[in-house]
Amino acid sequence: MTVLTVDGLTKTFDMHVLGDTQVVGLDDVSFAVQEGEFLAVVGESGSGKSSLLKCLYRTYDPTAGRIVYHNGDDKIDLASCGDRSMMALRDDAIGYTSQFLDEIPRVPAVDVVARPLVERGTPTEDARRQARELLAALHVPEELWAAYPATFSGGERQRVNLAQAVAPKPELLLLDEPTSALDPETRNAAIDLLESYLGAETTVVGVFHNTDVVQRVADRVVVLADGSLNEVIPIAEYDGTHTSPEADSNEPLGEANGRRDR
Amino acid sequence: MTLLDAAGLQTIYGSGCSECLTTTGDHAGTNQCEHCGSVVACANADLRVESGEVLGIVGESGSGKSSLAETLALERDPEATVAGEVAYAGHDGNLLDVDYQTRHALRTGEIAFVHQHIRDGLELEFTGGGNVAEKLLAAGWRSYEAVRERVRELFEATEIPPARMDDPTRTYSGGMQRRVQIARALATDPELVILDEPTTGLDVSVQARVLDMFRRVQREENVAAVVVSHDLGVVRLLADRTLVMRHGRIVESGLTDRIMEDPHHEYTQTLINSVL
Repeated sequence: MTVLTVDGLTKTFDMHVLGDTQVVGLDDVSFAVQEGEFLAVVGESGSGKSSLLKCLYRTYDPTAGRIVYHNGDDKIDLASCGDRSMMALRDDAIGYTSQFLDEIPRVPAVDVVARPLVERGTPTEDARRQARELLAALHVPEELWAAYPATFSGGERQRVNLAQAVAPKPELLLLDEPTSALDPETRNAAIDLLESYLGAETTVVGVFHNTDVVQRVADRVVVLADGSLNEVIPIAEYDGTHTSPEADSNEPLGEANGRRDR
Repeated sequence: MTLLDAAGLQTIYGSGCSECLTTTGDHAGTNQCEHCGSVVACANADLRVESGEVLGIVGESGSGKSSLAETLALERDPEATVAGEVAYAGHDGNLLDVDYQTRHALRTGEIAFVHQHIRDGLELEFTGGGNVAEKLLAAGWRSYEAVRERVRELFEATEIPPARMDDPTRTYSGGMQRRVQIARALATDPELVILDEPTTGLDVSVQARVLDMFRRVQREENVAAVVVSHDLGVVRLLADRTLVMRHGRIVESGLTDRIMEDPHHEYTQTLINSVL
């Protein structure tokens, strides 16, 4: 069953501060995602990977095209639905995490992770217990659980962020480089968690830079180049284009300077 | 559920003329009418607040955001000419036209306002507890014990030491005075709280604690809020959706993260790029 149909998705940015320059983020991208599928998005920096995920989550307003989300028998176009429909979907069905933690300040890590569970009705103490299990599974040191993630290292924040995104087991999970700042061992723990914690019906669209991760988790690979869809290939035919065996450590350094990855 | 649905809100200071709306606004680059000199503080403003939702309104000084907030809070400024429609859940007709009694009932019940200037919202010579109790008495509470108990509960919820209840409000710190205002606003379990520049006059660390407190209480009580601020950080922390105002007009609206990461309007882009 199809969960998501992206059709002609285009995103341009009108940069008024740069004398009305127009920047193309995505150009006529189309693909479909099946229920329970794990779709990896790869491409060079600036190829539009993050823009794609942000359009799916509506942090970016798509300029043209449709993003049809199949919610049971309902179909809703995420590119054009009202803000409140999107808010409701974010609450109930669609999760997102980016490589940068964008959490509310002064909230302890355990409560950052527990929050989406509490908001969905889990009693606070149960939610905290689940949050602690997730943080432990991601090897976040126990002494950090009560601390504020703002003071954490990049890798620690990333794991808190990932734990928060997976906690409520959303139907559709959007992951923007969830493991880019992690060492191989921790990265494996993160992938183990994705596989063990999420049910088979969870659909994932994730941006990755690491070949091993893609080959281990993905069912198909979307290759973006200059904002356009180059190809969608089954994982068996994926040869590691645009990902590196162990090159993640180079990529996040550049992006950790705060540059937005379009 | 839609709590408040406002359309065509307009506030004009001055005599007003038929040209006021065409000579002011974002396209005109001013909020002052070149024909009659009237100031169009806000015009053509449409907005909706759902129950439990937080709506942010951002813009620079003079953009009209406070005028809009005051209209929604049913404040009445004799100097201003206000027009528009405000529908509110459970009430028939336009909230801007209600009689004195209904307005009083709304303002002591469903809709609470936190003034930007503490002196406009509190009697500084009264005790902190007295300022909160006054709201309860206005709403018809009569039992001394019940009022005292409720005030104590609100002090605890807003993180003011209850031991300070009987001290004059002027002896409180700025942060505590702001908390008293919020306690007073929440006293009668309103459905909607309107906060005008809630961080005015507070140190940055105090701002953070007051906003954290409000955010917690807002979620616990599931009370809807309209938060007006020139500070994007305030709106980012609290608001689900955000309106951007300039020269008396709403120039952009959307999900708060969308406004922050993908601002469309030239002014919003400048605003986002101006964050310290």
